[in-house]
Amino acid sequence: MSIDISGAGTLYIILIMAVVTLITRWGGVFVMSFVPISFRVQQFINAMSGSVLVAVLTPLAVNGDNGARLALLATAIVMLVLRKPLPAIAAGIVVAALFRQLH
Amino acid sequence: MSTDARLVELSRREIWSGFKQFLPISMFVVIFAVAFGLAAAQANLDETSTMLMSTLVFAGAAQFAVLELWGQHVPVVPLVVTVFAINARHLLMGATLYPWLRELPRAKRYGVMTVVSDANWAMSMQAFNSGKPGMGLLFGGGLALWLAWALGSWLGFKFGSAIQNPASLGLDMVMGCFLLAMVLGGKKSPRILIIWSVAAGASLLAYWYLPANSHIVTGALAGGLLGAVWTEKQDEH
Repeated sequence: MSIDISGAGTLYIILIMAVVTLITRWGGVFVMSFVPISFRVQQFINAMSGSVLVAVLTPLAVNGDNGARLALLATAIVMLVLRKPLPAIAAGIVVAALFRQLH
Repeated sequence: MSTDARLVELSRREIWSGFKQFLPISMFVVIFAVAFGLAAAQANLDETSTMLMSTLVFAGAAQFAVLELWGQHVPVVPLVVTVFAINARHLLMGATLYPWLRELPRAKRYGVMTVVSDANWAMSMQAFNSGKPGMGLLFGGGLALWLAWALGSWLGFKFGSAIQNPASLGLDMVMGCFLLAMVLGGKKSPRILIIWSVAAGASLLAYWYLPANSHIVTGALAGGLLGAVWTEKQDEH
């Protein structure tokens, strides 16, 4: 099942995103008013929230051009060294731009 | 144990003070939001949709990831799972704030939570845990972050629509680099690195051998389930 983005489709997609996000913002408080969230569920959520980003990124890195791969590599290195996201993202973009200018 | 009423006070003064304390951080949020606006323009979203998404959803990583799914047809199940999985950390934020939130009337309790995000959650928890008032930080800070996110998205969209060949400037990598920085900014341990590797492997296999767009769901579930089975030592918290 998919939504066509022509007409009101885009609006429906945004509303779905908004409702799902609101459920996550309210859900923790709501559930806690009945029963505490168990340790295992916490561990599931923590592992899943990083894994979903990894799952989005992996095909990008595998299928991207060398400019894309070098950009991700630059972001990773700067992020691990400086632990600041802004310089890390900037480094990735600059590396991709430079690589593509030279090729 | 009853919580001191002063800690959970949600007066106009408290909210304004929280708002002001978050203005410096909000400057950085504007920059991230500019990056989102740029990426949204490249994904062919129009101005209204970009602004609606940023104001109604207000969740950076999820919005970036959805752009990756964007096309003439957007698949619903991967959309819901992606947004839910990325934002599931909000569930834990709500759970950790519960001891203080329960002192508020229900409408205020959920009203405050509509603007919760990483930064205002972290600062209000720090305040609550050291016995200081935190509701103003949570709500006022959230409002500042929300405004910054909307303003930056708009600026980025305007700027992004004016650029002819974004890929030659590396701007198509804004989304990927943003998400990677978010992954690596979290807590790292051998356990979490193995969980991520399993998620990456599962995602790739699904990408190659399963129907289109199932790789996000597969990777998220593989990593999440491994994390639930192979838990950290429980005495840490």
